[in-house]
Order: sequence, then C-alpha cells, then structure tokens
Amino acid sequence: MKGGLLRGRGLQIYTWLVIAWLVLPIAVMILFGFNDTKGRYNTAWQGFTLKWYGKLFEIGDLTQALVNSLLIALLTMVIAGVLGSMIGLALGRYRFRGSGAMNLVMFAAISCAEIVMGASLLSLFVTFAVPLGFWTILISHVMFSISFVAVTVRARVMTLDSSLEEAARDLGAGPWTTFRLVTLPMIFPGVLAGSLLAFALSIDDFVITNFNSGGTMTFPLWIWGATRVGLPPQVNVMGTLIFAAGVLIALVNGLIARRRANA
Amino acid sequence: MNVPFRQDPALLRGMTQRRLGRRDAFRLAGLSAAGLALAACGVQGKGTAKPSTSAQAQSEVEKFWSGKAKNGHVDFANWPYYMDPKQPELKQFTQQTGITVNYKEVILEMPSWFAKIQPQLAAGQSIGYDLMVVTNGLHFDQLVQLGFLAPLDHSKLPNFAANAAEQYKNESFDPGNVYSIPWASGMTGIAYNPKYVDTPPTSIAELWNPKYKGKVGMMSDSQEIANFGLFAVGVDPDTSTEADWEKAAAKLKEQRDGGIVRKYYDQAYMDPLAKGDIWLTMAWSGDVFQKNISDGTDLKFVVPQEGGTIWTDNMTIPKTAANPVDAIMLMDFFYDVNIAARLAEYINYVTPVPAAKDVIVADAAKASGDDKKLLEEVASSPLVFPTPEDTARLRSYVKFKTPQEQKKFESIFQAITTS
Amino acid sequence: MSRLRASLTPYLLLFPGGLWLAIFFVIPTVVMLSLSLQSGDVVNGYVFTFNWHSYVDGITTYHDQIVRSVVYGTISTVIQIVIGFPVAYWIAFKGGNRKSIYLFLLLLPFLVSFVLRTISWQFFLSDNGMLLGPLKSLGLVPEDFHILATSAAVIGGLAYNFLPFMILPIYVALERIDPRVLEAAQDLYASKTQIFLRIVLPLSLPGVFAGVLMTFVPATSDYVNASVLGGTGNTMIGNVIQNQFLINQDYPTASALSFTLMALLLVGIFVYAKALGTEDVLEVAAR
Repeated sequence: MKGGLLRGRGLQIYTWLVIAWLVLPIAVMILFGFNDTKGRYNTAWQGFTLKWYGKLFEIGDLTQALVNSLLIALLTMVIAGVLGSMIGLALGRYRFRGSGAMNLVMFAAISCAEIVMGASLLSLFVTFAVPLGFWTILISHVMFSISFVAVTVRARVMTLDSSLEEAARDLGAGPWTTFRLVTLPMIFPGVLAGSLLAFALSIDDFVITNFNSGGTMTFPLWIWGATRVGLPPQVNVMGTLIFAAGVLIALVNGLIARRRANA
Repeated sequence: MNVPFRQDPALLRGMTQRRLGRRDAFRLAGLSAAGLALAACGVQGKGTAKPSTSAQAQSEVEKFWSGKAKNGHVDFANWPYYMDPKQPELKQFTQQTGITVNYKEVILEMPSWFAKIQPQLAAGQSIGYDLMVVTNGLHFDQLVQLGFLAPLDHSKLPNFAANAAEQYKNESFDPGNVYSIPWASGMTGIAYNPKYVDTPPTSIAELWNPKYKGKVGMMSDSQEIANFGLFAVGVDPDTSTEADWEKAAAKLKEQRDGGIVRKYYDQAYMDPLAKGDIWLTMAWSGDVFQKNISDGTDLKFVVPQEGGTIWTDNMTIPKTAANPVDAIMLMDFFYDVNIAARLAEYINYVTPVPAAKDVIVADAAKASGDDKKLLEEVASSPLVFPTPEDTARLRSYVKFKTPQEQKKFESIFQAITTS
Repeated sequence: MSRLRASLTPYLLLFPGGLWLAIFFVIPTVVMLSLSLQSGDVVNGYVFTFNWHSYVDGITTYHDQIVRSVVYGTISTVIQIVIGFPVAYWIAFKGGNRKSIYLFLLLLPFLVSFVLRTISWQFFLSDNGMLLGPLKSLGLVPEDFHILATSAAVIGGLAYNFLPFMILPIYVALERIDPRVLEAAQDLYASKTQIFLRIVLPLSLPGVFAGVLMTFVPATSDYVNASVLGGTGNTMIGNVIQNQFLINQDYPTASALSFTLMALLLVGIFVYAKALGTEDVLEVAAR
C-alpha cells in the first residue's frame, strides 16, 4: 500500500482541520477562564487574569453542583462497572437461554433516545411517588451506563481464550480463585475501559439528569440554569480543570500501558 | 501516549457491534404487555378545596401551626442571583436567632421546579426545603389548589404587617397573604440596546416594527408572551377571554411569520441583547439593571404605553416543611427595613418595603466612590422603586378558572413559541 | 472459541444488572406507554382511559417538528459521514504509530461537558462575536448576516457534537481490514479506485452502520442544540417533549410524543438495516 489511495498530505491537513474544529470551543472555554471580566457576565475579552483560579470555589452552589456531579460519576463508575462487567462476562463466556433477550434490552438501552429514557424514568418515579434527587439521578446514570460497560466487557471476554481458566481449574483452583487470579486480570482492561466510559457518560449527562434531578443540582444542570444571567468565569475554570484532569488520566494511563508493553 | 480506547479495542468493538434477532423483539413486546396492566394505575391528583370563610382559614392556620416548634435550622430554596453570594443577611439572621440557614439557588424556572417538587408534595414527603420563592402565576395557583402550601400564621409576621407596602397586602393571586408574602417584584417590559435602536421605543408596536426584522427577542413563557400579545391588541389581561387569546395569538403569529422574532427565549436574552444578536426584547426589569451594573453596558428598559406585566416572587412554606417555624421567622426577618434595603441594593428588583428607599439613600450618603454612585442609582432607579405612571400601566398574568381553560390557553400560546 | 457449559452461573452474573435494567429501563417504558393512554390534568390526576387522542393530537399539532427533527438528524448524519470518513480513513491507514494520538485528540471534546461545548459555540458564533465580528468589520460579510438562529447552526451543532461517535466506529472497521487483502488486490493489478470501491468501502460499511446508529438517534432526539443555537422555526421534537413533560406537565401528550419518536427511530433503524443488509456483515465484524 505504498503511496496510499489518496494523496496523504491533503488528508493529513484535512484531519488536523477536523481536529481543530472539534477542539475550537474548548479553546474558547479555556481562554475565557482567564478573562479579567469585571461583572458577573463573562462575554467580552477584558484582559488576562488568573484571579478566577483563586476564586474557584466562591460560588457555593456551583461548587456543590460540581461535587454532586463528581460523586454521582464515581458511584456510577463503581456500581455500573461491577454490574455491567458481570453481564458482560455472562454474555461473553456462557451460552444460555435468555441471552438474546438480555442483548436486546441492552441494545435498546444503548440506542434509545436520551429524552425518551429520561421521560419514561420520570413517569415511573411520578407514578410511584418516588422523591426526586441525588438517588434518582444515580439510579438513572447507572441504568444508562450498565449497557455500555457490559458491551465493552463482553467484547473483551470474547477475544480471550477460556483454556487458561480450564487449566487453572484442572490444577485444582476453585471457581473464586480462578476468577480472582485468572479471569479478572484478563478482563481487567475491559472493565477499566467500561468503568471510565461510565464515569464520562455520567459526568456529562444533561438530558436524563434534567428529568430526574428534583431539587438537586449537577454541574451541567447548573450551567444550563446559569445561562439566564450569563456564565460566571468559574464555570470556564472548572471546565478547564476537568478537561486537564481527563487529559492527565489519559496520559498516565497511556504511559503505564506503554511501560507494561515494553517490559 | 495512549488512551483507553486505543489500548482496548474491545471497547470500540463493544460499542459498534449489534446482535439481536427478530424473535427477541417479540419477546420484549410480550414483556411490555405484561407490565402494562401493572402500570395502568395512573397518576394521582390531590386537589383540595380552598378554605372559603375566614373562620375556616383561621382554623386551618391553627391546625397547621399547633405543636410546631423552632428547630434551629431552615432550608431555603431561591432563584439564582437573588442574594449577595456572601449571604450577609443570612449570617445576621443566624447571629440574632441561632437558626442556621441552608440557602440554595436551585429554582431556575417555575415550570420545571413545579414538576420536580410536585410528586414529592403529592406523596406528602418533604421536598428538602422549608422556604421557597414562587412566582405568581399558573404554578402558584396550582400549588394553592393542590393544597401544597402552608397557611401563614400572621401573628408570627409583625415586620410584614408594619413595613410591607399596601399594594402587596391584597394581591389578586393571594388576597390577604394567606399562603405567601412577597420576596421581590419585577416588571416585564421592553429592553433595548441604544447602540442599535436610535428612537427609544415607547409603544409595544415597536416589537412588530419590520425595521427590526430578525432582531427582536420574545419570551417563550406562555403567560409572559400572552400578556404582550394582549397588550398589542389592546386587551387587559385581567379581563381577557378565550376569544381575546386567539386574537393575541394571531397577532403574535403575524410577528413570528414576518420573520421579526429571532428567537423565543426561555431566559438567556440578556447576553444576546448586550452582544447585538438582538436589538430589543421582552425583558425583566432587574436583569437589565444588573447587567448594566456588572458589565458597564448601557441597556435601557421601558414599560410600553400599552402596558407591561408585573409579577411577584413570593416566599412560601411547603406544607411538608420540616422546619416551618424557623422558616416563617426568616420570612419576617426579610421585612426588617434595614435587611430589605440591603437586599434591594444587591438584587435590584422592586422591593415590597418602600421604607427601604430612605435607608438606601442614607447608605449612599455615607458611602464613597463607586459604591456611592451605585447606591444612588439604586435609590433613584424606577426599576427598583417604580414611578406611579409605570405602576398604573402594569398588569398581572392571565388567571384561569378551570384547568381546561388553562390547557386551552397553553395550547394557544405554545403553538406560537414552539415552532 | 470454546465456551463453558451452561449452568446457574450466567444467570447469577446477569441478575443484579438485569434487574436494574428491568426496573429502571423496561418498566418505565411500559409506564410511559400507559401514561400516553391516560387522560386528565395535574390537579385532578390522570386516569387510564385508552385515550388515543394524545397520539392523534400530538402528531397533528407537532407534525412539523417531527419531520424537522428527522430531516435535521438525517442531514447532520450525512454531514458526519462525509466529514468523518476521510478522517477515519487517514488515521487507520496513515496514522502509523501515532494513531493513538489522533484518536485521543478526537476524543478531547468528551472531556468537556456537552452543554458547555454547545454554549461555547453560541458564544463563538454570535452576530458580532469572535468569528463574525472581524469578518463584518472587514466588510467580508453583510452587516445583517448571522449564523445563530438558523437551521444551519442547529444542524452544524448536531454534526459537531456527535462527530466522534461517527469517526470511531468507521475507524475500527477500517483498521480491521487485513493489509494482505489490499496487497493481494494490488498484486492483481487492481487500480486504487477499484481497491477503494471494491474492498475498503464494503468492509467499512459495518462501521458506517454503527456510526449512523450512534449519531442519528441522539441527533434526531436532541433538544439542547436547537434551544441554544436555533431560533424561531428551528424547534425539534425533543424540545416539544421536554416542554410537555417539564413545563406543561401534560404527561399523556409528552409520553405519546416520546413513544412516537421511539417508534419512528426503531422503524428507521430496522429499515436501514434491511436496506443495507448489514446484519450478516455485522456478525462477521463482531467476531
């Protein structure tokens, strides 16, 4: 395939342009976190400052919303991570009656429009008079994340060879020991990727959360509400920090993977 | 450098594969049918009759308040930017009474707030707040009709009795302040950016002026936009009928289909106005004042000669509140003249305590520099202390006698805004 | 691949997660179906009456918004294929050992909240903003030109927000193509165009299918882009559903519209799958 099917240079530039397009609004967001705006609105560039980083937690409700978001995302990551991995393991490793129905439900959950999911969950909570708030948000986030974790882990499981587990069993390991020492380490990358995906889906979710949040605020909800009066620069700073943390985690993760590959 | 996605192609494969058969689809359908019977129980409504006589009302009050005691804490739900973020008033309250206040600006718009608390109130559960600020209108009426609000014990509201302006003591949506006392009032009028609009608009007809094609903002809230439609066709919202609504809707439709309206805003119209995306728009008075102060913009606000809307945000206690006594103490605290003045200085909406003006004037005399200028502006602002001429032109939202009427109203005006 | 014999284990593994999905996904869908057939109002409560009117009224009143959503969703999906395919192609075949860097860059937007990104666009594109302001002062575009509050802005926003979901599956499909197949074709004197049309394109179809699935559904049912970037006459069915549910509390109409949307999307997906005949291809790809 020397020379390629299309001129490489042009396509490379094109790819970079698309990447630039994708990153542009983030650049704008980061830039305006450094804007020395005088009032509570952050719309016109008024000079460079770092002061918003110092005043990051000055808006109590915003901080609380961010804390809620992080907490919900972490819990979602753990709960959906565990439950989804179990489903993924079952579907990838075993052949059993009912697996088709499970696959169908998961497919439906993944391809279902968010607004329909949020609305239908609200109608459940309304019908059974469940008070809305932190826990209903968590329930909804776990609900839509499970399937994503499950398909991720299932795909990982299906690429693996089960003979290792059989060997472990032949050598006298019990089911739990086999799982802990053989299966889990093998599927762990899938579990990790799935859980991180759950975290990302949760912290970014707006539509489903908006339906089921009651009086509880999350970061995206607060931002949405604050557009009434204009976003304070703290939102940009928090967005920037979350972004930076994400980049950092990805980099560290990459480094570890590379070192392991080299070792 | 690596990312989870790259490192684990299983993830992508997992996300991109699809396995299901037609048989499974039928199975899911069967399951749904089974659940249908279970779900057919419906959503309960909880309408209760309003007390009709004053003796009845008094016994309602006694029934609610008997056995209730101060608990030393209150949870307060309010709208964004409705108090100085440092909350000096609340700190003072805690100092004086020992009651701690958990203040949250969680109410962003009335409909979604109502939708959120309604199931909890219907189930008789606490919504987590003892005090909430509710705008008059549809949802206020529904909260009253559904019996979700605690009747207020006016023996616990001495400051209110002494300091509230007379007009707030007999408002049409809650005569005699049975369930509410005002937090702040505001006007809906026309805001414009003088950079683009040379001749100051005085008539509501300017919102229909083809000169401003594509540069006019309108509100998406049915009650707000209905009032402006009614003003435009010369009908008083208070006495309007269904036929008037249709007429107003036709007028609004003409404005929309003529390409004059850029967008129906739910709330975020101030930024576009300051940036020049829109040149004139329906707006709430306080927003204009706040924007000018914080961003140094020079936006203007007028109450059109045909009429403008006055609305009131009211402090109410949900019936399921855990700490109603603490809540009502806090309510009365805000009617202390000094506290009311401090609040008005920050939030710049119409204060229900007229005597606050003198305090602000006195504060301005003591202050210096920017603060002085700001306080003088607040004290003399017709947006905080409206002129009698403006007040005379202000009208309330349309009121409904039946839910059917309200549904009709919604469908007439939402057909305009959700186009 | 050998699989262990069936036992109780898979059911035990499935149970907690499956139960969660049953209670909070399957049952709510059924509850919503029931709600859509009820009548009444918030104050007096809703009663199940097999009331089909919500469907009839909802669809007649909001038929414009439904059609518009499908049109916007379709156009934005096509745009995403056109923009995304060359990118996926280049990364898969020319990315070399930097593939992971490019993929990482494509995923960067996901580290910033969806709402925040959309608002950021609104800011960037405003009539006298960072983009149009300079262009207007240079006289390159007319003074009354605007991007916001147009269909183009909403479609552009949709295409932007879901693009990575299109690129990634196509990339995965392309990356799986065995280079030896391409070499063999070359050895047999196939032209570059022939290789692309007869090998690369067919083998990429499962990826395109998955990409469409992952972008068309959220784009069609979205309401954030329309309400942040759109104007009069850009309302999508998602906005209507959100309004009916959260603002009017007309649960029957809202549910009926949700169900209509869901049915529409499901039918769309099945017709699309049939037309492309991708079911078999997918089975191959999934291996």
